[in-house]
Amino acid sequence: MALVQTTGPAPLAIPGEERGGLLSRWVSRHSPILILGVLLIILPAVANSFILDQIVGWALILGMIALSLMFLAGYGGMVSLAQMTVAGVAGYMMAVLGTSSLPAISLFWPWWVAAPLAIAIAVAFGTFAGALSARTEGIYTIMITLALAAAFFYLTLQNWPIFNGFNGFTTIPPPKFFGINWKDPIPLYYMILFFAALSYVAVLYVSRAPFGLALQGVRDNPRRMEAIGYNVTAHRIAAYAFAALIAAVGGILLVWQNNQISPFSVGIDVVINLLVIAIVGGISHPIGPFIGAIIYVILRTFALDALVAVGLDGRRFQTLIGLGFLIIVLFSPDGVIGLWRRFTARMRAAGGSNGR
Amino acid sequence: MTTAFSDEGRLDGARRGDALARWIGHHPVAALVIAVVVIFALWLVLAPWPAGFETLFGKKRLFVNALFNGVTLGGLYFLVASGFTLIFGLMRYVNLAHGSLYLFGGYMGYEAGQWTGSWLFSYVVAFICCAIVGVAMQVLIFRRMEGQDLRQTLVTLGLSIVFSDLMVWVWGGNAIQIDTPDYLAGPVPTPIVVAVRSSGEAVFLQYPLVRLAILAAAIAIGVGMWLALNRTRIGMMIRAGVDDRDMLSVLGYRVQLLFVIVFAFGAGLAGMAGIVGGTFQSISLGEDSNFLLASLVVVIVGGMGSIPGAALGALIIGLSEQIGAVYFQNYATVLAFLIMVIVLAIRPQGLLGKR
Repeated sequence: MALVQTTGPAPLAIPGEERGGLLSRWVSRHSPILILGVLLIILPAVANSFILDQIVGWALILGMIALSLMFLAGYGGMVSLAQMTVAGVAGYMMAVLGTSSLPAISLFWPWWVAAPLAIAIAVAFGTFAGALSARTEGIYTIMITLALAAAFFYLTLQNWPIFNGFNGFTTIPPPKFFGINWKDPIPLYYMILFFAALSYVAVLYVSRAPFGLALQGVRDNPRRMEAIGYNVTAHRIAAYAFAALIAAVGGILLVWQNNQISPFSVGIDVVINLLVIAIVGGISHPIGPFIGAIIYVILRTFALDALVAVGLDGRRFQTLIGLGFLIIVLFSPDGVIGLWRRFTARMRAAGGSNGR
Repeated sequence: MTTAFSDEGRLDGARRGDALARWIGHHPVAALVIAVVVIFALWLVLAPWPAGFETLFGKKRLFVNALFNGVTLGGLYFLVASGFTLIFGLMRYVNLAHGSLYLFGGYMGYEAGQWTGSWLFSYVVAFICCAIVGVAMQVLIFRRMEGQDLRQTLVTLGLSIVFSDLMVWVWGGNAIQIDTPDYLAGPVPTPIVVAVRSSGEAVFLQYPLVRLAILAAAIAIGVGMWLALNRTRIGMMIRAGVDDRDMLSVLGYRVQLLFVIVFAFGAGLAGMAGIVGGTFQSISLGEDSNFLLASLVVVIVGGMGSIPGAALGALIIGLSEQIGAVYFQNYATVLAFLIMVIVLAIRPQGLLGKR
């Protein structure tokens, strides 16, 4: 509905190249994302399974979980560090309810029971985290959600009956259905791509739907929204629930892709790296987290060799990440998206002055 | 003159007594419950336990030891969290690099102790080093992004990532233990009976002297901070800044200078706490995030920006961790977070926090 509204009242006389059919105008406006989508779809034809699985697949999953953070931070003004933990809850529940190498703990329920239930539990946890932090304002959210994330990390580390403590779970295979073994690299890649694209479109849609607009109103001026008659706290908690749904799906994909989950999948550094991903990519548009994720994954995979090649200690990877993050925060508050927007604006200005 | 003075004093005292009496009058049940709990706690600690008790709660020695460990750990948490809460209260950003300052102070104190051999001198070194880092952070970075509290918080996060990696580079991943000086080494007897021998002779609790000394120092620092905040001019400025920073600045006070002083002091306290932590337990990779989280939880429970709140929160969290470690091993650390969740659900601003 909201999508139709934005394209609906188009002015009749548009000069120059923008004249033409509705479809071609839509295509030209969304050309970067459409090109990216086509590239991702045909990627398995050219890339090997390492790039599919360990680079692009991983980046898409991290991007999804970071997307849930971006939704809360960008549209709701609530920087929640508990999103990785929501994903971790879903992943752990998948291992506990579904299949793993630990028959003493796992219940071995079929995937179509375990996965929805795991997602439901994770969404309940995310909503609970939201309900706790939505009553306080602004900067407190970071503290409370970081503390919750730490609580879950220590719980998984210390608790053996349910979470198998330090060791966690291994051998959590993706299911087989429609005659396809989703464990194979190419089906797994397409499954990840499908859910990543779905969550991207969902966030884009919700951001323009009445709920998303009200949420942005709550972000900009909660007091005024309250005065107009909106229930500010309910909007915030609902935003947490929606974000938790995306993070939970990402969490299940993550255990299927990694084939294991342990306390260090939800550790403090992972939680913080997820925030780094979202901020570096940019939290003003849903594509930002995916950009941040691919940068992070590429750095993570190749920085060690690159650092050694320039004669530095390969173990200083974290310093590199931290410095990159600092530079982005200090000089481009809107992340890579901000840099891109500034770049295109400058190009357009230069092109315009040359052409006329 | 003198009579008026003493009259006033008496009036003040009477008023204070009235307030207590009035509070008891308003909340008779709560007052009774508190009185019973206090008496029961005193009896639990001081008296030897009857036999039935020991089967229920285990050895009294374990319980009293956990209690003492909890209170002294609370002292350490207070040292870390009070600087954190002051910085948050005044400057409105969450200093996520506070744990790094703690760890850095511990390492610098260790180095200073190795060089000079003096444990007390290492506190001075740690305080000064961390205060310098704090001043540099405030002057070079945070001053440039005044009023953007989210960005400032993100910067502290980036700094903490870089700092912790650099400290691993310099000091490696191994745990470092700071030696207790000779004059504080060893246990001392305390007047608390933990058991009675069959001969009827009472066994008294032995407790490490250094922990008691540090607890005393933490209490002294807490009282000193309270006095400085409530009785001095700069303390008045800080309190005014916590309540309304803009108004203080409009009145012509140099708020930026105040920020630098508070940041330096908070960072220095965290650095000194690093040595305490290194003497109590050890300092190593990962302790920075542990202590950052401890201060977060302490400050959330106690109330943001409140020094008495930090003291109360530190005591609660220290006790819950140590008592939890004895009685519910699988959930010891989670207990502290559970307390945090309950406090947030009932009183989002913290126990002693202001709205």
